[in-house]
Amino acid sequence: MRTPCWVPALYLGPAVIVMVAACLYPVLSAFQLAGYDWAMGTPWSTARWVGWDNFVSALSNSRVWSSLGTTLLFAALCVSAEMVLGIALALALEHPVRGMAFFRTLFILPMMIAPIAVGLAWRYLFDAQFGLVNALLEVAGLSAQTWLADPTLAFAAIVVADIWQWTPFVFIIMIAALAGVDGSVIDAARIDGACWWQQVLLVKLPMVMHVIAITLMMRLIDAFRVLEVIYVLTFGGPGDSTEILALHIYKTAFVGQQLGVAAAVSVLLLVVVVLLSWGALRLSNPMKGEPR
Amino acid sequence: MNRPAWLAAAHYAMLCGLALLCTAPIVVIFATSLRQQVDIFAAPLNFIFTPTLENYRAVLDEDNFDRYLVNSLFVGLVSTLLTLALGCMAAYGLARLRFKGRTSIAYTTLLLRTVPLAVLAVPVFLIWTEWKLVNSLWGLVLLYVAVNLPFTIWLLYGFVLQVPVELEEAAAIDGCGPVRVFTKVLLPLMAPGLAAASIFTFRIAWNEFILALVLTDRHTRTLPVAASLFITDIGVDWGRVMAMGSLIAIPPLIFTFVAARQIITGLTAGAVKG
Repeated sequence: MRTPCWVPALYLGPAVIVMVAACLYPVLSAFQLAGYDWAMGTPWSTARWVGWDNFVSALSNSRVWSSLGTTLLFAALCVSAEMVLGIALALALEHPVRGMAFFRTLFILPMMIAPIAVGLAWRYLFDAQFGLVNALLEVAGLSAQTWLADPTLAFAAIVVADIWQWTPFVFIIMIAALAGVDGSVIDAARIDGACWWQQVLLVKLPMVMHVIAITLMMRLIDAFRVLEVIYVLTFGGPGDSTEILALHIYKTAFVGQQLGVAAAVSVLLLVVVVLLSWGALRLSNPMKGEPR
Repeated sequence: MNRPAWLAAAHYAMLCGLALLCTAPIVVIFATSLRQQVDIFAAPLNFIFTPTLENYRAVLDEDNFDRYLVNSLFVGLVSTLLTLALGCMAAYGLARLRFKGRTSIAYTTLLLRTVPLAVLAVPVFLIWTEWKLVNSLWGLVLLYVAVNLPFTIWLLYGFVLQVPVELEEAAAIDGCGPVRVFTKVLLPLMAPGLAAASIFTFRIAWNEFILALVLTDRHTRTLPVAASLFITDIGVDWGRVMAMGSLIAIPPLIFTFVAARQIITGLTAGAVKG
């Protein structure tokens, strides 16, 4: 069917204009901004062109590097724990049971609630004096910890909060994927004498490998978008032990008021995420294999 | 195949345990919001306390609470409506029309879905200042529509593809114009997708607070921004902030219980077909 060229423009135009104006254009102008020395509260016309200086100062700042390290470690720990836990739970609980719809509803609650509320809840739970976590530790005969005041424990706290929030996501997707596996293949494996482990490792998981890969990529991309929960839970502290790149950008720009340097770090974070997304697109392309 | 009873019991026990883990922190938010100041700092395992609405009264009496609520509702609803309208049209165009530049638009849209909001914060602050959109609710709406469109288009694209073209052609032969084909044939069939997309968009617009914190002042603040201001260097005003958190959590909780199926459709879209 031949369509005159104004028809696509009519359908796509409004959405494209909004996305370009408020998403693509800002992202691209981060590159331009990164070349200027611009302080908060001063008019843009007084900003000074400094070339690569912001990148140089960002890349020679040890805080940026430690922040990048924190971000990568955070993403790696959270995503691998969420994938392993989510897949293991899905394998254990894949058998359809009555009332599963209700349980699934409860499982998506952590993802639906405001990140600011999630951060507050965990900050309260991890509180050294009146937090539930310490109270439970003491009941179990272990000693209480000053969770959010110790660099390592504070990092553990943000990882726990993220695992709590996003493991259900992996679980729900994997339950749906496992439900789609053809039962006769499993029966065939059982008749051939495969034990439960062999059925899982050699038949079921390979059959849902595609879904696992896509879920992994979705989680990885989103792990780099985390900001609000950590903002509320630790605000990057103590020291800079939980200061992920997104929070570093926020602090540099709106606390330290160095917008140019913040833009340079934004570009750095963008490069990391775009590289990942490119990999994700190659794995999961919703437009793949359809006629042009 | 029959499962032994102990296996079924273990299955339910595990599900209940997980449900408890998932809901406990949320229950803590509501429970703390009902505690008096003295109870908040008391032993945490003391689950029996006299509930009080004092914290809610304090939050609601706050000078500008009703203004923040109206701001939040305005931003949430208008962003959702605009995102749905623009997203529907774009998804339909991408799925049904063949034209030059289609693939590049589709790929750019998918890539924009991955941009962290923190990357947008600095340039958007500058551009919005230039465009006089800072401290304006429309500035927030424009931003939320833009960041939600990629996911919405992606989700609805899948739903348009599932509608057979023959259905549209039949309607057209029966004398429906393009607009009526869209509204009478396509939209009803896409209803689950529209529900999922609107819940996800509303969730972001209603919950987001970092960009809102940067882009609003005391007149245009939204509820999450107002809540974040209870967290200060001196400490956290737990009772009030939890009351505020509970109020913010209510609409998403309602959506979750009413439309869990559609939400799960939206969550699994892209990973699991069907």
